[in-house]
Amino acid sequence: MINYEVSERILTVTILGEIDHHTAIGLRTEIDGLVRKYSPLCLILDFSRVDFCDSSGIALVLGRYRLMKSLGGEVELIRLPENVSHIFDMADLKRLVKIG
Amino acid sequence: MKEINQMTLVFEGRSVNESFARVTAAAFLAQLDPTLQEIAEIKTVVSEAVTNCIVHGYEDKPGAVRMKVQIFEGGRIRITVSDKGKGIPDIPQAMTPCFTTGNEDRAGMGFSIMQGFSDKIRVRSFPGRGTTVVMEKYIGGRKEKTDA
Ligand SMILES: Nc1ncnc2c1ncn2[C@@H]1O[C@H](COP(=O)(O)OP(=O)(O)O)[C@@H](O)[C@H]1O
Ligand SMILES: [Mg+2]
Repeated sequence: MINYEVSERILTVTILGEIDHHTAIGLRTEIDGLVRKYSPLCLILDFSRVDFCDSSGIALVLGRYRLMKSLGGEVELIRLPENVSHIFDMADLKRLVKIG
Repeated sequence: MKEINQMTLVFEGRSVNESFARVTAAAFLAQLDPTLQEIAEIKTVVSEAVTNCIVHGYEDKPGAVRMKVQIFEGGRIRITVSDKGKGIPDIPQAMTPCFTTGNEDRAGMGFSIMQGFSDKIRVRSFPGRGTTVVMEKYIGGRKEKTDA
């Protein structure tokens, strides 16, 4: 599940709940649908309401990074809880996306 | 190592059971009074191991996943997750960061996370017969830190 907000071609998506293999496919479909609808220049993913995340979350970010790059835009991750940033550090995601 | 408690869970390899398995492991280990970080690490390694059985072992076809959780004296735990699926032909390659035989929804980081969040990991696999992942971890718990 997600909440989202669009303003001046910035799409901010707040991910709600758990990110695992079971939930990731639905999250991907919802986020990509919004990206196609609004063609944002920047996709901001807000993790403040994520209470569990495994490596499926890494793949979710990498896939959105590739999608936004192919559309000439970028991805930024914000408000990462400690357990989420710990996992993203292992994949060195900050090489590819801005983590604010 | 002397075992003081254990539980075994066998469940159908359906993705909805990934959260069931990790919450069950965390609930069983609550008796060690783990820190929030320890709980997050336990849930994450269980999620990675169980997801691998479902996605790779059984390739989303029906099959049983078995999870055993053991508690030993001194706060040591062992989590064993196994499937009777297709197996891993080359284990060192499978454990290489970013290696995946999966689709774009996989990052190839499952084994790296299991390694990072446990003290010891052992993988046994026979092509065509299945895979077993054994992880050991020390749970310090909250007691020591709240002593002051
Ligand atoms: N239980 C399993 N059965 C068969 N193959 C597995 C199993 N677990 C892992 N593998 C193999 O090891 C690879 C790496 O696993 P992992 O590090 O979890 O990354 P990912 O799941 O993202 O592919 C998988 O892509 C798969 O080829
Ligand atoms: Mg995996």
